[in-house]
Amino acid sequence: MSALLELDHVSRSYGGGLFARRQVLAVNDVSLRLEEGRPEIFTVVGESGSGKTTLARMILNMVPTSAGTIRFQGADLATIRGAAARRAFMRKVQPIFQNPFEAFNPMKRVDRYLFATARRMADVATDAAAAEASDTALKSVGLSLAEVRGRFPHQLSGGQLQRVAIARALISKPALLVADEPVSMIDASLRASIVNLLRELRDRNGLTIIYITHDLATAYYVSDRIIIMRQGRVVESGDARAVLDNPQHPYSQLLKSSVLSPEVPPGVSHA
Amino acid sequence: MSVLAVDGLRAYYRTSALGVSRDVRAVDGISFTVEAGEIYGLAGESSSGKTTLIKTIAAATQPPLEVVAGTITFNFPTGPIEMQRADRRSLAPIRWRHLSYIMQGSMSVLNPVRRIRHAFVDFAFRHIGQPKSQFFDTVRAHLARLRLEPDVLDAYPHQLSGGMRQRVTIALATVCRPEFIIADEPTTALDVVVQKDVLAMIREIQRELGSSILFVTHDMAVHANLADRLGIMYGGRLVEEGRTADLFRSPRHPYTAHLIASLPRVGDTAPKAGLSGAPPNLADPPAGCRFHPRCPRASEICRREVPPLEPLATGHRVACFHPEPA
Repeated sequence: MSALLELDHVSRSYGGGLFARRQVLAVNDVSLRLEEGRPEIFTVVGESGSGKTTLARMILNMVPTSAGTIRFQGADLATIRGAAARRAFMRKVQPIFQNPFEAFNPMKRVDRYLFATARRMADVATDAAAAEASDTALKSVGLSLAEVRGRFPHQLSGGQLQRVAIARALISKPALLVADEPVSMIDASLRASIVNLLRELRDRNGLTIIYITHDLATAYYVSDRIIIMRQGRVVESGDARAVLDNPQHPYSQLLKSSVLSPEVPPGVSHA
Repeated sequence: MSVLAVDGLRAYYRTSALGVSRDVRAVDGISFTVEAGEIYGLAGESSSGKTTLIKTIAAATQPPLEVVAGTITFNFPTGPIEMQRADRRSLAPIRWRHLSYIMQGSMSVLNPVRRIRHAFVDFAFRHIGQPKSQFFDTVRAHLARLRLEPDVLDAYPHQLSGGMRQRVTIALATVCRPEFIIADEPTTALDVVVQKDVLAMIREIQRELGSSILFVTHDMAVHANLADRLGIMYGGRLVEEGRTADLFRSPRHPYTAHLIASLPRVGDTAPKAGLSGAPPNLADPPAGCRFHPRCPRASEICRREVPPLEPLATGHRVACFHPEPA
């Protein structure tokens, strides 16, 4: 099987210039491989400062690696040059961000994002075709163009807006989604539906999703494979259920034991 | 006697422009009490009105927010005070001495260009009423209680980790041994490992001081581990209230039931359903029960009438015409 995405001993450091006192290794020697034709939800778990967002930005080709190579469908990301090649890569790898209210301009109607993406990323020439491409993408996230046409971000709930963000990412028919904390800003009553949507996209659209989170509970719920990061290094990896049911590394064990259970502990007297 | 009694509180954001006036009914008829020495958890998602509620309780209302009806009464040892009509002069001796706050963003509470010691002087010096040297001994002893080194007094906020900063703000909020503490999402910005420590610390210091805490967060797992009683807000109203264990074991309001059923747990892969629809627009809320457009149990009466918050069992109140079976 060929690799969809392959990270080979990837590191990224910040600072360390002429006047900087110290260098920070945000990501330190990370290797991983996602297979083509085997859609999965690959989860990256870690606390703040563990390097998970830097890893995502390197996979999205927003920052270059300091060492090591990232290959997407066999092509080294460092060799992508020129607008056309960049656009071809962006079509295949799309991001979803944490806070949909920050991802969208509050003064701009959300459908304009969809149409602009359709024109730029999906080779759509006419308004009608752009509307159709947007509608198809919106339908696959449980919305329709009729519901969002002409609406501003504040007129949609956080859950709806995050769905629009996911629909926008789907317009170019990507092979890989990189979702950085996609549910942490979403209300509890809507969170389950977004997490379920990720599962659906994997099973129905055959998408591979890199799901970045600090929340072990949703990670357990959706993931196929998982890596646990700490200070830029991968401390544990493997099948998500196996890792989370029985973590081996002391840090993974600490992380798991720190998750607050929604069960009322029997020892606590609620007098 | 309850430390805090809120009765029939309505607080609206009132705006009028070009002859069109608009009310956003963020808090719409809320009554509850907080007893001495208890942690009262307040849960609700964004735009449920929980922040507006604590603003009015703390008498931190600013236009366009105004208290339209109802009373908020604190019973402090110095005598009762009604917050909705308290003025600056009567609030000054209360604030921080009897009623204090723990905020979410510790970075925005602490002045980034001043050492931590100045914050303690600003907040607590006049309330504690000791000479400077003795005052700092008191502060150091209090910091030790929160397992902080006395050196943090000479540090700047950016030199401390997020967890330490949040412990400093807890120390600030508790150094005057207040009777009542309002905690607004104090652990939301922290990592899980740090969050657990900070929650344990809040619990410990609360037990020691015997204070009451109004603890606001949307995170039900935090409530399960901390709150004695829990109030669930939806669309500006309290929809259910009860002892935390009762509420988690047998939630009676469909919204609470959904919140608890949809919590993901490590070790559980059973499918979780999301709730359809969107939270209500409080400028134009649905008639009757505000949850009815999203409620699986809604009937005709729910669209017409507002369900009152009524006791079902001892200490368990629910605002629903068709509560879930116990």
